[in-house]
This record gives sequence, C-alpha cells and structure tokens, in this order.
Amino acid sequence: MRKFALTAIAAAFAVTAFTGGVAKAAGGDQPAPAAQDWSWQGLFGTYDRAQLQRGFQVYKNICAGCHSLRFIAFRNLEGIGFNEDQIKAIAAEYDIEDGPNDDGDMFTRPGVASDYFPSPFPNEKAAAASNGGAIPPDLSLMNKARVGGPDYVFGLLTGYEEEAPEGFDLADGKYYNHYFPGHQISMAPPLYDEAVEYTDGTPMTLEQHARDITAFLNWTAQPELEARKALGMKVILFLLVLTAMMYAVKRKIWRDIEH
Amino acid sequence: MSQTVHSSGEQPDENRRDFLTLATTAVGAVGVGCALLPFVDSMNPSKDVLALASVEVNLANIPVGQAIKVMWRGKPVFIRHRTEREINEANEVALNELVDPQSDDARVEKKEWLIVVGVCTHLGCIPMGTATGETRGDYDGWYCPCHGSHYDTSGRIRRGPAPLNLVVPEYEFLTDTSVRIG
Amino acid sequence: MSAPQWNNKVVKWVDDRLPVISMLHHSAYEYPTPKNLSYMWNFGSLAGFVLVTMILTGIFLVMNYTPHTDMAFESVERIMRDVNYGWLIRYIHMNGASMFFICVFIHIFRGLYYGSYKAPREMLWWIGILILLAMMATAFMGYVLPWGQMSFWGATVITNLFSAFPIIGDPLVTWLWGGFSVDNPTLNRFFSLHYLMPFVILGLVVLHVWALHSVRSNNPTGVEIKTPADAIPFHPYYTIKDLYGMGVFLIFFSAFVFFAPDFLGHPDNYIPANPLVTPPHIVPEWYFLPFYAILRSIDFTIFGIPAKLLGVLAMFASIVILFVIPWLDTSKVRSSKFRPVYKWFFWLFVIDTFILGYCGAKAPDDYFLGIPGLKVIVMGQLSTLYYFAHFLVVMPLVGKLERTKPLPASISESVLKEGANA
Repeated sequence: MRKFALTAIAAAFAVTAFTGGVAKAAGGDQPAPAAQDWSWQGLFGTYDRAQLQRGFQVYKNICAGCHSLRFIAFRNLEGIGFNEDQIKAIAAEYDIEDGPNDDGDMFTRPGVASDYFPSPFPNEKAAAASNGGAIPPDLSLMNKARVGGPDYVFGLLTGYEEEAPEGFDLADGKYYNHYFPGHQISMAPPLYDEAVEYTDGTPMTLEQHARDITAFLNWTAQPELEARKALGMKVILFLLVLTAMMYAVKRKIWRDIEH
Repeated sequence: MSQTVHSSGEQPDENRRDFLTLATTAVGAVGVGCALLPFVDSMNPSKDVLALASVEVNLANIPVGQAIKVMWRGKPVFIRHRTEREINEANEVALNELVDPQSDDARVEKKEWLIVVGVCTHLGCIPMGTATGETRGDYDGWYCPCHGSHYDTSGRIRRGPAPLNLVVPEYEFLTDTSVRIG
Repeated sequence: MSAPQWNNKVVKWVDDRLPVISMLHHSAYEYPTPKNLSYMWNFGSLAGFVLVTMILTGIFLVMNYTPHTDMAFESVERIMRDVNYGWLIRYIHMNGASMFFICVFIHIFRGLYYGSYKAPREMLWWIGILILLAMMATAFMGYVLPWGQMSFWGATVITNLFSAFPIIGDPLVTWLWGGFSVDNPTLNRFFSLHYLMPFVILGLVVLHVWALHSVRSNNPTGVEIKTPADAIPFHPYYTIKDLYGMGVFLIFFSAFVFFAPDFLGHPDNYIPANPLVTPPHIVPEWYFLPFYAILRSIDFTIFGIPAKLLGVLAMFASIVILFVIPWLDTSKVRSSKFRPVYKWFFWLFVIDTFILGYCGAKAPDDYFLGIPGLKVIVMGQLSTLYYFAHFLVVMPLVGKLERTKPLPASISESVLKEGANA
C-alpha cells in the first residue's frame, strides 16, 4: 500500500516536472506574466456573466476590427447570459454573406442566431495585407493556445510600453510589449481608458477592459468549463463513495487470507 | 456465475451475498450506466445541427398556382401557393373516400398555403409535381414515381401503396409572407 | 483443475460446442494467482481498462471527426463545442493516452524490479514490448489528427527521423508522407492506422494474457507457486482488488479530465497547423520525452556514421534492448527484494529515465535544473550512457558478482514470516 501511494505520488510528480519543464522551455527571454485572480479558477470557480458581457462589448467594439472569432456562433452567446431576443438583435447587426441565390449570385443578409461571427477579412492574404504582413490571429481559442493562458493575454494587453527601453532596436510599425516573445508586436496598443462605454458602472480603465476581454476569451476557449467542473464534482464524489465501498468489500473478502 | 459448481469444492465467500457486496455492486452498476449515457447522448443531434432545425422562408415570390421546394432538416419541404380551384378540390372530397381521412382544414393554417414534407410515406422517395410541368398525378397534387402513389391538392394519399398523407411539419406564419418551419 | 460442469442448459449447450465459457472461467475466475501480489500488480489490468476506454471514446470521436487538412481542426472544435458531451469524450481520450502510458510505464518498471522478464516469462515480456511499441505508434499518429501546430510539426520531425537511413531514407520518407511534405495524404493514412492499431494492441493483449496464464504470474518474492497454499483463485480475490485499484485510479484520471484537461497537452496544438511557421520549441508529449532526449543526445559521429543516424538508432535501440534483457540479466534470483546491490542500480535507472525526460523537455542549451555550467545536452548524454550501461554492463556484472539474500522456501513461508514481523 505504501509503495503504491509512493508510486502514485512519484508519477504525479514526474508528470508535473515534465510539463513544468515544457511550459518553461516554450518561453523566451520575456518575463512570465503575473498570475491574476480569475473568477473561474479553482474547483468551484464559475464565469461572471456581467464580466463576460462587458468583455463581449470590448471584442465587438475593438478586437473585431481585425480579429475573427470563427468558432463562436451568435447562438453561443446564450452562454454569457443573453436571451433569444437579444441574440437575434445582436446577430441582425451583422451582415452575413450567403448564397448563391437563384441567379447564382452571392448576397448579404442580416445574421441569424445560427450564423458564426463573420471574419473581418475575406482571407488570410487580405488580413496580412491590411496589417503590415502580420495576420491577426483568430481569438476563439486564444486563452488555450498560449503558454500562460489568460495571464498571458491579460499581460500582453496591459504590457505595452510607449518607449522601447534604451538600446532596444524597435522596427518600424512595431510596438514594444513586455510579454510578447521578442518584445516586438505588430498590434498597436488596442485598449485605453474609456475605450468602451460600460453601462453597469464598472470603471472604464484600460486594466478593467483587459480583464473583461480576457474573461470573454476564456469563455470562447472553454465554453464547457462550468459544465465540466460541475460534472467533475459529481463524478469524483461518486467515485470516492464507490471506491470506499470497494475497499470495504476487498477487506472483507481478503479477511481470511494471509498475504 | 452462481451456476458453477466447483469441482475442487472450494467455495470462497461465494454464497455470502451480504449487503455490502450487493450495495457495492449496485452502486458500481449505476456508475457504469451513467458513464455510458454521455456516449449515447453524443449520437443525438448536436447543437449546431439543432440550431439549423428551423428555417424561415420568404413566400412573397411564389405566384399563385406554383410551388417551391426548400430544404429543412435534410429533407425537402413542399410549399404550394394553391389556386382557388385547388382549395375547392381539396375540400370537396368526402372524408370516407380517403385512405387516411383528414380534412383539408386540419392540414393548413392559411387556405392558400399548403406546406408538407416532400417525402413519400411509402418508402421515402421524393414525389414529383412541385416544379412546373412535372406530372402531378391523377389528383392534381403529387405523384411518386417509385411505386406510383398519387397525392391530392392537400397532400393526402389517394391511390397507390403509400399508407399515409404527406406529413405536415410544424410551422408558424411570422408575417403574411414569411413562415418559419420547425 | 478439471473442466467445470455447467448446470445451466444454455451455458452447457454453448460450452459443449465452443468452450469459451470454460476458458473464461479458467482464466478470469479460478486462475491460481500468488497470494502475495502487491498493488504494483494492479497496473496491468488498469492498462487494459484504459485501452478499452480509449477504444470506446475513440469510436465515438470518429463519428464526428473529419480526417481532412481543411476540416480536421474545425471538426475537433465542433466536437468540443457542439456535440453533446463531445468535450468529455475528447478530454477522456486526450488524457487517456497519458493515463495509458502511466500505467504501462509503472507496469514495465514493476517487471524490471521483480525480474518478471526472466525465464520462463521471456515470451510474455516480448509481447509486452511489442504492445509498448504499438502504443507509441498509435499515440504518435493520434496526436497528429487534430491538425494543430504540434500535430503538424511533430509529424514532420518524427517522420523525418527515417530520412537518417542511408540511401532508402529519402524515398522512405516520401512514401510515409504520400507526398513531399506532411499533408492531407499523411493525415488520412495516420487516421486509418490510428483506428487500426488499437485493435492490433487488443490482439497483442490477448496474447499477453494467454502467455501470462500459461507461465503464471510472478510475485514480489520471485519464487514460483509450489503448493496450492501459495495460490488463491483470481476471483473474487484479485477481481475485487483490481476493481478497488481501478476506483483509485479513476479518481486520479477524473481529476485531469474535469479539472486540468489541458495540463498534459501543449498550447500550440490549439493553433491550427501552419506549414509556414514552426513553433519556437517543439516538444513531444511527456511520454516520449526520455526517448526524445536519447535521440538528441547523440550530437557526434562515430566511425563516420552521422550523428542524425546514430541518434535515431540509439532511440530505437533504447526499446529494442529490452528484448534481450532476459539474457543480459545473469542473476539467478528474480526479485530485487533479495538483490541488495542491484536494487540500488534499479532505482538509479528509474531516476535516470526521469532525468532523460526532463532533458527531453528542455532546449539542449539550457542549463540542467538551472545549474550553471551543466548543459542539458551534457546531462542527456550522461543519462543516455547510463541507460544503456544499465542493461549492457550493470545487469550482467551485478548478476554475477552480487551476493543475494536467501530466498524463502515458498510464497506461503514468506507471507507467514512477514506477518510475524509486522
């Protein structure tokens, strides 16, 4: 029994050490972004719907100009607390290309709930051409696709420096960022104080905007998070009970065996 | 397993099906059952499929006397803008003459619009008669070429092997000229 | 052990014609098992359980997966977002691969510690190694299927290993790819093989169990079953013990699936594959890291054989060498419990594989554990050296020179003695 426990701990340790090593190895010379408190962390953490809606507002008014969100459909916005009518209204604000119609032409129509967020650029070449050669990445999975996850995204959004440090050779059209690998990023500082008007009284600071959009992007990356943790709790509680019972049966069956 | 008789005569605890073992077996069985549910459910229509489960159709461009086909849940739906004569034809039939008795009123929401799923109730072929010029069968509705079922101007089966009338999908008129199916 | 008599008429009718019920009865019910197996013996059945879980989740994933470079990534995201419980099934499958390797690695170390590879269990051991190789191939090809950045570049790097072979190298790689780079044909064949391999593994597992049941289980003393008192029937003793272990293991498994599903993965695989951009640091999944470290540690030529080829050969050799250890181990005693010297070398070997794993995760020019002057590549080379020396030098020499402790006369005697000491 002791050996078993030791092995389990050793295995867990090994796995942690390996992946920890992997995570660090993927970094460059840039500092690790500071860990933030997020509402969805921990065993019971959930999303804050109001924050997600503010984050959506930031996406819609600022990020959407350059960044697609291709895995998110308007109907998904139910997950951040909008009702059917609100979703219809939001969808209708977008022009969606459809077709071909009976004449063989493509046409645009107002969006419906089942449509996905349209991309700001028709294709990657167009995106690169409009952005000095850098393709603005899709944001749907951003929080899962970067080492550091939400902390990195938040760090990046708040980690701009107006002047590059002395002696740093900043290329034309690039901006200095503490957390971006290599420190030279093509994206101009996207957020500033009062970049988006909040109606719920939340302070409209750069930092708050960054926090909210990061929360929203965490939801786009892991919309299943709340369901996953809730189910996980039930499963693990069940397994604890079942395992305890099996242990008791095992004790009983083995009672008379010298082993 | 209780059917076995041990030739060796050894019978370790086998018959003492005490409460603890039974309870553990039951809890374990419930666990296995619950674990299988997600797999079964994963085969149900997914969220993106359900999102397309209803379609909105604009009726403004369908002249009287013509019909269109729209796709709904992977099947064709026939929408016919009926003429006065077709409506009358549908209403004049005595119900006891029908294979699957149903009045025309029960099959339409607005008299001039007949909306039916375009799948023959016999074996699932698509009946002819929607496009202008196609044969519409002996009863002016649709004719299924697979096994010769004739449907009338209310989409009811009148002759041939099909057992039931063409199915009327759930639909709702949003305005006078637009309808949501599903 | 005479054939059991069946009272139920249906059971009897079937069994008289195809003795499958008798066979199951022999192997999963009355199979005489040493009474002193520790929990280390749980990992074989656990690995089997994970295999079944992987096949089951895999079958359901395939129902929604599209093996095409244009749609693979999207179809996986559709599984995660739109398919009912798709996220659960995929996360079980993703983490299940790691769980499978955890079980199998512990199972292999168990075999090494207790000398389970020694006569008459060589065949059993060989089939086990074949299972490991098949698992590695399956895991590698499965990792390619989501078509993320790590999928693509992992596939590129690993298939390029074969270009190290002289003359046939380049045509071989082109053949593996079905083109001139990793592309849609590659993805399609990997998908096909990834679906096939688990059933090959299942077949190997049947052979593994068959071999096990004809030579009987080893046990912590390494002393064979001699009298009926040494053994107990598999059911109910080991069925319940395996089930209990499975419960504990499932809690560990669930913790990953539900609370840290991406912990063992790499973020880059959530970026769609891009043949024009290589991620700054390509690392394989954790279970390949030790082998990856061995591959990388050869950065020199011997007798004009280029480093690239040597690295590939060393990596394959690190597994192939396991085939011959029944003969490299010269000790008359199976279990390390009675081998006071070898025991230390065994733990050194375990630590060595961990160090190799760490080295595999780091860039070659990093410093090992941050120790100034000690480069990861150097540490990897030293660890690789010990890896092979353990089998080629330590095993034969220690076996000959070591004074082993006296063995118990039988399993029962050792059990009684330990009971008295406790």
